[in-house]
Amino acid sequence: MASMLMNSVRNCSLKSPRAVQFGKSFTFPACGTKSKKTLSKTGVKNIVLVDGVRTPFLQSGTTYADLMPHDLARTALQGLLNRTGIPKDAVDYIIYGTVIQEVKTSNVAREAALGAGFSDRIPAHTVTMACISSNQAMTTAVGMIAAGQCDAVVAGGVEFMSDVPIRHSRKMRKTMLSLNKAKTLGARLALLGSIRPAHLAPELPAVAEFSTEETMGHSADRLAAAFGVSRREQDEYALRSHSLAKRAQDEGLLSDVVGFKVPGKDIVSKDNGIRPSSMEQMAKLKPAFVKPHGTVTAANSSYLTDGASAVLIMSEEKALALGYKPKAYLRDFVYVSQDPKDQLLLGPSYATPKVLERSGLKLADIDVFEFHEAFAGQILSNLKAMDSDWFAKTYMGRTSKVGSPPLDKFNLWGGSLSLGHPFGATGCRLVTTVAHRLKKEGGQYGLVAACAAGGQGHAMVIEAYPQ
Amino acid sequence: GVATSCGCSVQITRSRRNTLFSGIHTCCTFAWTHVNYEIKGDVAVIRISDPNSKVNTLSLQMQKEMTEVMDEVMGNSAIKSVVLISSKPGCFIAGADINMIQACKSTEEVTRLSQEGQKIFEKIEKSPKPIVAAINGSCLGGGLEFAIACQYRVATKSKKTALGTPEVMLGLLPGAGGTQRLPKMIGLPNAFDMMLTGRNIRADKAKKMGLVHQLVDTLGPGLKSPEERTIEYLEEVAIDCARGIVNKKLALTKEMNMMQKIQDHVMSYSFVQNRIYSTVEKKVLKQTKGLYPAPMKIIECVKAGMEQGPDAGYLAESQNFGKLAMTPESKALVGLYHGQVACKKNRFGVPEKEVKTLAILGAGLIGAGIAQVTVEKSINTILKDITEEALNQGQHQVYKGLNDKTKKKSITSFERDSILSNLTGQLDYSGFEKADMVIEAVFEDLAIKHKVLKEVEAVIPPNCVFASNTAALAIKDIAAASKRPEKVVGMHYFSPVDKMQLLEIITTDKTSKDTTASAVALGLKQGKVVIVVGDGPGFYTTRCLAPMLAEAVRVLQEGVDPKKLDSLTTGFGFPVGAATLADELGIDVAAHMAENLGKAFGSRFGGGNLELLKTMVAKGFKGRKSGKGFYIYQSEPKPKDINPELKEIVESYKMMPNPAVSSDSDVQYRLISRFVNEAVLCLQEGILTNPVEGDIGAVFGLGFPPFLGGPFRFVDNFGADKLVEKMKTFEEVFGNQFTPCQLLLDHAKDPSRKFHN
Repeated sequence: MASMLMNSVRNCSLKSPRAVQFGKSFTFPACGTKSKKTLSKTGVKNIVLVDGVRTPFLQSGTTYADLMPHDLARTALQGLLNRTGIPKDAVDYIIYGTVIQEVKTSNVAREAALGAGFSDRIPAHTVTMACISSNQAMTTAVGMIAAGQCDAVVAGGVEFMSDVPIRHSRKMRKTMLSLNKAKTLGARLALLGSIRPAHLAPELPAVAEFSTEETMGHSADRLAAAFGVSRREQDEYALRSHSLAKRAQDEGLLSDVVGFKVPGKDIVSKDNGIRPSSMEQMAKLKPAFVKPHGTVTAANSSYLTDGASAVLIMSEEKALALGYKPKAYLRDFVYVSQDPKDQLLLGPSYATPKVLERSGLKLADIDVFEFHEAFAGQILSNLKAMDSDWFAKTYMGRTSKVGSPPLDKFNLWGGSLSLGHPFGATGCRLVTTVAHRLKKEGGQYGLVAACAAGGQGHAMVIEAYPQ
Repeated sequence: GVATSCGCSVQITRSRRNTLFSGIHTCCTFAWTHVNYEIKGDVAVIRISDPNSKVNTLSLQMQKEMTEVMDEVMGNSAIKSVVLISSKPGCFIAGADINMIQACKSTEEVTRLSQEGQKIFEKIEKSPKPIVAAINGSCLGGGLEFAIACQYRVATKSKKTALGTPEVMLGLLPGAGGTQRLPKMIGLPNAFDMMLTGRNIRADKAKKMGLVHQLVDTLGPGLKSPEERTIEYLEEVAIDCARGIVNKKLALTKEMNMMQKIQDHVMSYSFVQNRIYSTVEKKVLKQTKGLYPAPMKIIECVKAGMEQGPDAGYLAESQNFGKLAMTPESKALVGLYHGQVACKKNRFGVPEKEVKTLAILGAGLIGAGIAQVTVEKSINTILKDITEEALNQGQHQVYKGLNDKTKKKSITSFERDSILSNLTGQLDYSGFEKADMVIEAVFEDLAIKHKVLKEVEAVIPPNCVFASNTAALAIKDIAAASKRPEKVVGMHYFSPVDKMQLLEIITTDKTSKDTTASAVALGLKQGKVVIVVGDGPGFYTTRCLAPMLAEAVRVLQEGVDPKKLDSLTTGFGFPVGAATLADELGIDVAAHMAENLGKAFGSRFGGGNLELLKTMVAKGFKGRKSGKGFYIYQSEPKPKDINPELKEIVESYKMMPNPAVSSDSDVQYRLISRFVNEAVLCLQEGILTNPVEGDIGAVFGLGFPPFLGGPFRFVDNFGADKLVEKMKTFEEVFGNQFTPCQLLLDHAKDPSRKFHN
């Protein structure tokens, strides 16, 4: 009974913003309700996305500056609770993805869940896989449901770049640890006396790939050069991302955002990194990584962002039993990995044909594309790689190219370049956006793809839930 | 961004009618085969590629075409700037054509070559249109001189990009303006360092030194192959630079920080310069013992330019270049260069099966050294020993060798770990069933070698090669215990394996050609210079060394102390003195070797009393490893105190020197002639296939003076007749140890007979 009651509340709360949205007229291409086949397979459980939310994504060092990561994750979880109205004990498991861990809350999933008021009987764990950490959280959830271990799982991601663990140097740490064991005053003084200025140099979290010692921006610049992507193309793409994000924001399409009353500060309800500029302004910037002839700049790269996201994933039966109308089916997904030196950011190129093949789809079947935009140069390089028979044959062992996604279906509500990219949280944003866009644009299949540090990548096919 | 093409793009075809000089060449058509150019907007991109070679060299043809192309480019008013690039991946210009210099008959002829080079580069330097050298791969010798004559240099960060002036290693000097431009560009100390050591400078270091202006990253997979696209990218950046120079957006003067400014100012004082010259001269003399003329000539040329101006400098450079090219030292070093190239090829063809898994028995110094050079080439390597302690030490040696490279930043810690993942340390024979080759480096004892051979043959697959690392035991004796002697071969590595370039491969008359091919292929993969010799006691290298060490012991018995003995040997050009060498080798090893070979060859290997070495071993004086040998070794890096207890031992074996054959020079020739005679005998007996391998083996394995080019080159240059004459004098005093072998006598009789043409 209680759940029935909650469901009616949920449906009411959802109606009003939707009504407003549908009232406006947009020029987005409507795919119409094509009667494509469903991707449901016999013997495989249908798994659905019930809903997804996120905190506003803010540039690091702004309004969220004094919080901790679990505060953001907690806010996303509370937002999901409010949005879906799910009883706090109806969830079987909670999984979060994150990249830079706050050492005090290394299992940030658990800390956030407790603070968000979920039952303390719900286990929670944290996963990490660079920029596809929350994708990993979601697919872990899918796996648990498919295996029959759970019926309802909350997956999410969080990243908090306003504060990162900066450590003492290894020498200092060693001295301090020895100090703990020193028994006599003399031994302690001797240890303290051994501290030299070199001990005091702090250790910042590495921005470089551990295996290659190359920063991601540097690798992106080399990638753009390898694919012959010009500075102008990159600036144009970045401008497109910001313009589309601005329009989506202005038109209220970013309905996954939940407002956040930041303690001691104002209510935050919008992403704050969306800044459509002009080609002239962007052309003035100097290259950020490869100097002086590089092409990747601050304006055509994603920026350091704070934010969290969360999605509710269930088996279809469970969702229906609880009275939900799911937003989408989560279908096939793949993870890929390549050379972290020269193909660091090419994950989408490898993952896209692979996941389409698994689903028995062609690129042309996809109505909605949401790709993670780490760098404009990275996106454009991937588009070129996917459009190259030579690349497909030489590096992917395929007979022909998969093709380049048409831009009129691609990241139409902005992307990581403009909305921001809290590493661990971006994956859930991509999946939720696909679900929302499928509904809005009337498409049937959506594709999420993303690259990640370590030369890894991910793609997932999402199918619209029948209206 | 990088503009790939701007406006019109005109490809100048290789075959074209020359209209500029039609008065001279009436209606002649000529084809450019080595150099061509393309006009991209207002920039001419000159591309070089020698169609007949993997590398570009400044051959006569290349120079001729370059001059023609340059003339045309300079004459075209639509062209505002020039980019010079090689279309070969991995090579800009590897240097001048050595054969071109070798073909010259006189000093004057070589001097003229140098002057022509100087002239071409002067024109480049004074070009009113800026020329940007775009460097990817080796930029050496004449290639570097070309690059530094250009107004601007852009280089890729490729591991293959190396800038350097290796002429000194061939007994030459940078003869096309290098001695004049380099000091001005990078300062005296750096210029001397480059020119006197000949070492390669990597791209990042070159940028720091001011040798190049800008660096370009290497690219990975894109829409073309990484190599091809990297060259294109380099060209794009270079074109932007060329335009930038014309538009004055790019400054040609380097930005200097305060330290560099102060340094430059200090260097401008002549007394500071003089101080540098004298320091460098002293250092050179100390290291070369005055045996190598090139380094002093390099200093002379730099000095002439700095003190008397460019005209005098360039003149000194070309004249000294001519003189050096005619010296026997240069000819010997060039010979070694060619020999080294020859010994980097597998004359036994491609083996049927590539070695993918190598098992090594014995984790001692040599075994672990072999493991290191093998894992570095991504070959699965099993290192087996019988005790955990020995294994631990061996594995640590491999780790340390690689970690030192990490410290020097030649590999990353990740690369180190990934290389190390190819190594498996173990105490049993598991996994040997997958081995393609087993190299045993166990104790030098025939019984032990037989034991492991049998154990190994019980577990390895039928096509697996069994190689024995031994310095003296005959391979056929080891193979006697084998069920498949055609698969048994000798692989004699030199310690320390990761530093010593030589690998001596020994084949018996039963060893199959494929087994040999397989051993050579592995050696080459490990980066070794490989010689293949016949079986016999001591093979080639040990056999040459033993008589010289026997003579050294006699010299000690005659009352010459180890320090004096060392200075006589190093004074002759050996990098390490005879006494130090014995200490490094191990006195016990030397005694063992002398005893074995003495038994095999009889009195010819006599001279010094073997008992002297045996007494030393009995007292625990086993050389460096035991802390005492001829010298005392303490923990300090500079040991070099004579072992005081040695005197007493020597005293008991004292011999009276014969004053007729005991001058310093006599002692030197006594040592060297026994070495050389034994080497020639090895050729006579067919242990050696050819003199080239004999020279390479002696120089790279035993430190035979490089400027002499090896024992065979030495006989050619010194004169077999003169050597025989000296040996006969010694023979009268000492007997058959100095009897010249027949082949040497043949050469002495007929002065036209030479080992090398």
